Amino acid sequence: MPFSIPKEEFMEPGNTACHGCGATMSMRFVLKALGKDTVVSVPASCWAVIPGAMPNRTLDVPMVYTPFAATGASISGLREALDEQGKEDYNVVGFAGDGGTSDIGLQSLSGAMERGHNVFYIMYDNEGYMNTGVQRSGSTPYGAATTTTPVGKYRHFKRQNKKMIADLMMAQKVPYVATATVAYPEDLVRKIQNARKIQGPKFFQILSPCPTGWYFSPEKTVEISRLAVQTHMFPLFEYINGTFKLNKPSKPLGVRAYLEQQNRFTHLTDEEIEEIQSHTDERWAELLKLEKDQLTA
Amino acid sequence: MVMVPVTDVSSRANKTDTWRTQKPVIDYDACIRCMICWKFCPDDSIAYSTDGNFPAPNDRIAKLEAPVIDYDYCKGCGVCANECPENCIELIKEEVE
Repeated sequence: MPFSIPKEEFMEPGNTACHGCGATMSMRFVLKALGKDTVVSVPASCWAVIPGAMPNRTLDVPMVYTPFAATGASISGLREALDEQGKEDYNVVGFAGDGGTSDIGLQSLSGAMERGHNVFYIMYDNEGYMNTGVQRSGSTPYGAATTTTPVGKYRHFKRQNKKMIADLMMAQKVPYVATATVAYPEDLVRKIQNARKIQGPKFFQILSPCPTGWYFSPEKTVEISRLAVQTHMFPLFEYINGTFKLNKPSKPLGVRAYLEQQNRFTHLTDEEIEEIQSHTDERWAELLKLEKDQLTA
Repeated sequence: MVMVPVTDVSSRANKTDTWRTQKPVIDYDACIRCMICWKFCPDDSIAYSTDGNFPAPNDRIAKLEAPVIDYDYCKGCGVCANECPENCIELIKEEVE
């Protein structure tokens, strides 16, 4: 039984994604989990250019392009229109990048989640505005060098922490919130299949390493995504109707293992790495506490 | 009446083999058919074949589906070779004649 994820393919080769793209892997796993009765809405993002120039399409399911800030609004509309036609079993998916989710699209996302449409909102998190040339976004982590936070003679690296978008969604009591990453496709597919059973909005944050923007060699995409989980830099969890469940890696590593693989972090001093380590430990303790508190409550 | 541009031309028309500088080659004698390369290929250019015409380490493995790389679309990123648990995918530098 070598196939651990569904065999059916809803993406076609010939896309124009960069070598070793994490975002294409995310889309492929999501569609494998959801099946063919799916509509995907994509705002301006890497995924708006991955299918290639008109008239090419790379997905075998309908795909709608929307303005940058309108993913939430467009999936609300698609859902209502499909319901009106009696197609309640269709899945409506908003597939936006981290800029289109945590910066520009936040209001329409929050609105769609509040109205409670039965939709999936998937944020593939490549930690920056990658398709326009690696600019910093709200989701870029502390310490990263990007083209708008450059490091040269003067070190203008990003001083702010990554925006906790999944926590925002949990604070808003969205029925289903989960984080996943491309190195664990079985976990990703299982989470999407769990989410399908839930009526209401569903939010996913999928870490999708970007070789072009994180400055690493393209063959390391999956390796880096795995290290992000093992070093607790990107915790994987699932929040179903108020119940929080954290995936705990069996062999946790220090954050240095993750940072030293990517050239956007090579300028960091030992003190700064220590700072990232202590922040990561704090965040991990916070999540463990969240899980423990609701078990005892 | 269609008000927006709609298309149904597959991106298969757009071959990406010229993007490649290195070519992954599977050594089927060592391949255990775990399909990890198929799972992680970002370009959907690894398919599987069930005809059993490939060499295999033993008879039991020979009956399983074998991964087949489609060199028309492989961009040569090397994720398959990096993730292969048996290290049986080799990246060979490609030269233009």
